This record gives sequence, structure tokens and C-alpha cells, in this order.
Amino acid sequence: MESIKDRYAIVGIGQSPVTLRSGRSELSLALEAVTAAIEDAGLHTKDIDGIMGDHPIRVDAMAIAGALGLRRVGFFIEPEFAGGGVPGGIMHALAGIAAGRAEHVVCYKSLNGASKVTVPGMAFDLAPHENGFTRPFGLLDPAAYAGLAARRHMHEYGTTSRHFGAIAVTCRRHANRNSHAIMHDRPLTLEDHQQSELLADPLRILDRCVDVDGAAACIVTTAERARDLRQRPVYIMAAGQALSPCLARGTKDPTLPENETSLLSRQLFSMAGLTPSDIDVLQICDDFTCYVLMALEDLGFCRKGEGGGFVEGGHLDWPDGKIPLNTSGGNLSEGNLEGFNHIVEGVRQLRGAAQAQVGGAETVLVCGATGTATSGLILRR
Amino acid sequence: MAYLEGLPPPEPHSDYNPFWEGCRRHELLIQRCRDCGWYRHYPRPLCPKCHSWKEQWARVSGKGSVWSWTVIAYPLHPAVADKVPYNIVEVELIEQAGLRLISNLIDCRNEDIFIGMPVEVTFEAMSEGITLPRFRRAV
Repeated sequence: MESIKDRYAIVGIGQSPVTLRSGRSELSLALEAVTAAIEDAGLHTKDIDGIMGDHPIRVDAMAIAGALGLRRVGFFIEPEFAGGGVPGGIMHALAGIAAGRAEHVVCYKSLNGASKVTVPGMAFDLAPHENGFTRPFGLLDPAAYAGLAARRHMHEYGTTSRHFGAIAVTCRRHANRNSHAIMHDRPLTLEDHQQSELLADPLRILDRCVDVDGAAACIVTTAERARDLRQRPVYIMAAGQALSPCLARGTKDPTLPENETSLLSRQLFSMAGLTPSDIDVLQICDDFTCYVLMALEDLGFCRKGEGGGFVEGGHLDWPDGKIPLNTSGGNLSEGNLEGFNHIVEGVRQLRGAAQAQVGGAETVLVCGATGTATSGLILRR
Repeated sequence: MAYLEGLPPPEPHSDYNPFWEGCRRHELLIQRCRDCGWYRHYPRPLCPKCHSWKEQWARVSGKGSVWSWTVIAYPLHPAVADKVPYNIVEVELIEQAGLRLISNLIDCRNEDIFIGMPVEVTFEAMSEGITLPRFRRAV
């Protein structure tokens, strides 16, 4: 199999505003992001011949094709995983192009995550039988899984709630550079984090993402085609998905040397021919602070068990840190678009167009939510 | 009243029914490979280690320890709006490293739970005719 490295590019991005009450349909939000991405790429709507859609319970590919009057769609996919799956969806879009089924694939996610509660418990309702081993015991929300994994990590490695809080504070600081972030102009200190309500002990409310209404989109095409379009292309050096059987109806065991995220890391870095020290900006889907800390270990940015000390060291802070994290605020503070916001911000960084711009950024690692089936991308300019 | 009365009960399912039937008889039955002896939970049709389809439902001791725990303090899900705070424990059974199940610790204050706490199974009948395995601190 030929490597996909550098053969495809992201050529357009678009986003709707993020709000707590859009008063609009998810289709309307999706169309705002999608048409903005098409315009940004310098394409015409009729050029779109592939769709990487949202979760099928929200805005499916048929809704977008119908609303835009697309007549040439030869490829579409609607991945079911939420926060873990967005970078993997981009990988599927590349597969559709590689198979000769499409040339310009629009990818999007749209959710009224604040005003219409479809996310918490959603995945739990889709597999009701297995859930007999969790739901009757009150394990009804991803926060409970995250709390169990966080507690075990603390026990094994001496990680503390303040370490988790450091990630929340970093993301909030970056959101305060992003005028579109839902938590813009709302500074957060570590003490604020420590005083916030408990959610799933040891996790606090501020360890969880902020649900919002909003949509984001991007356009992918071949590297060759990308060179003719309006924007400087952002090349995809590596794309992958990974899952781990240990996640089936159990908690992520943060002590295992091998898991979905370490597998993803090996795949991505080997495909790109890079190592973690080559990455300039990190975009890790941050549904919960604790999973970001564990992902930093599993992706190889620090050693297993050393995530706590690492996040305290300022490495993740814009502008002076070695590898700034979630520079638009992430799900924790920009607003939870299930990790699609991380891709859009990664592209902005590589165009030199971010509000918290990392000087000379050449590479970005995008990682989907971990603690579930995950996926990732390495992008370059 | 049983712990967390009123949450959605397990639904009948051919892969899982022996587990719940065991609970009704106050027996903790864990699926075990007849060829390689590996325990697996939740139940699945074949052994993830050796891929044998030969299985038995082995009655285990019900003894184990708390592998991790949380206290749900904020009702993110409407079903637990009037039930917080409540605990969830992940118990590792003594029969096999990594053999863990999700449950609750009863007759124990949340602030007294710790990782490594020795526990043993007990059974609680729920209003839907379902019996759930829960755990108590072992003496």
C-alpha cells in the first residue's frame, strides 16, 4: 500500500459562531460552516463530490447534498464515534479520494450541544444490551468513565487534581486569545478550578468541556489540486484510527503500556517520519482534562506516569511553551465541537492565521478524544 | 430501598442472560473459557485469548478489591437528578488480574472508599424483578 503522506491537503475551513442557544437547526449551522469552507477554498458548491458527514443521528450526508443541490456525490460516510472520530473521518475522506470516488470532499460536524442535549448519554443509549453492565449502576455519562480512569492514574502516579486543572487553565488562557470562544473574557485560575463543583470525583465541573451550539467544516482534496486553489495548502502527513479492546464496557486502564492512543501515536509518527519533538502545535480533543494528560503520555510527549509534572511545566502554554496545546481554547473553553474545532485551528496555525499564533509553526498533531476509539492527523504547511 | 432504585434495568440478551440468572440465585457467574481457562467480562461469544467457543459460567468467589472509584456529585443525566451523590466502583475480582466489573459499594460512606479496599459481592433485588451484584467492604 502506497503511503498517503503529503498526497492530500486541507484547502478550506469554515465555522459557525459558537453559542449556548443558537435558535437554529443543526442543518442551518452545518450549512454556514460548509459554505464558508467552500468559499475559503475558492471552490464552487458544484465542485463538491464527496461528503464526510456528522454522526447519522444529526446532519447526515443526504441532508447536506439535498440542501446544497449537489449532483455529483460519489462518496459519503457518516462516522458514529463522537470526539474520538473526527480526524479518522478525514482519513476516510482521503480513502474516498484515493478510491477515485471524489475529488473535493467536504467534512463537517454540527451540533446543538448546549440547547438540545444529544451528546451526554447518547452513545450509551445506542448499545443498550452491553449497557446492562453499566447503566443500572449509575454509569450513565462519559464523566463517570473519566472519573474512574482519573482516580486510577492519581493512585498509580501521584497525579493530582491540580495537574488536571493546569490543562483547564491553559485552554482557558488560549480561549481568551480567541474572540469566538464561548469562554472568551472569562479568565480562570487554578484556584477557581480547585473551588469548582465536583462532577465525578476527582473530576470537577471545570475538568469537563463546555457544551455549545455550533458547526465546523473543512475541504480536503489531492495535493496536486490543492496547489491550484486559493489558500496555501495544509498537507496531511499522516492520518489514522486506533481502538483498543480493553475499552469495551470498562474503564481505560491508564497504566497499560499499550492502548489505543499509543498505537495511534506509533502509526502517525512512523507514517509522517517524525517524532514528538518535531511537533510545533498540539490539538488534542479535550472532553476531559484527565484524558488530555493521559494522551500526552501515550502520544510520547512525556513518559508514562509523568503527565502531571509535564503539564505543570508550562510546555503547553502559548506563546512561550515548547508545544502549545489547543490554541483556540479547545472543547474545554472554545466550546465542544467534538474535536472538529481542533482541526480548523490546526489549519489556521499552519496558515499563520491563528489568534494565538505559534511563531513559525510548521507541524500540528491533531488527536481525537482518547479513552474511546481514537484517531489523529499530522499536518504540515 | 435498594441503591439507585429506578435506573434502567439490564435488558434480556442471549449472550448475557446466564449472568443475570446467576444474580437472581445470588451467584456471581463469570464466563470462562473451557479450553484456556481465561475469565472474561462482560460476556462475549468467544474467548478473546484463544478464540475458543467453548465456555462455562463459572461461579466465582465474589471477593475482590476496589480498582477505582468515583462519586457522581453532579446530575449530568436526568435519571440521577435525585440520586447524587452516589458512588460507582470498579472492582477487580481475585480470580484473575484485570477481571473487573462496574458496581456500587453499599453500606459504606463515600468518603471511606479507597483503592485496594477489600470487598465482597452481595445481591440486591430491584423493583423490576432484576437482581444486581453489588459490593460491601469485606471484613
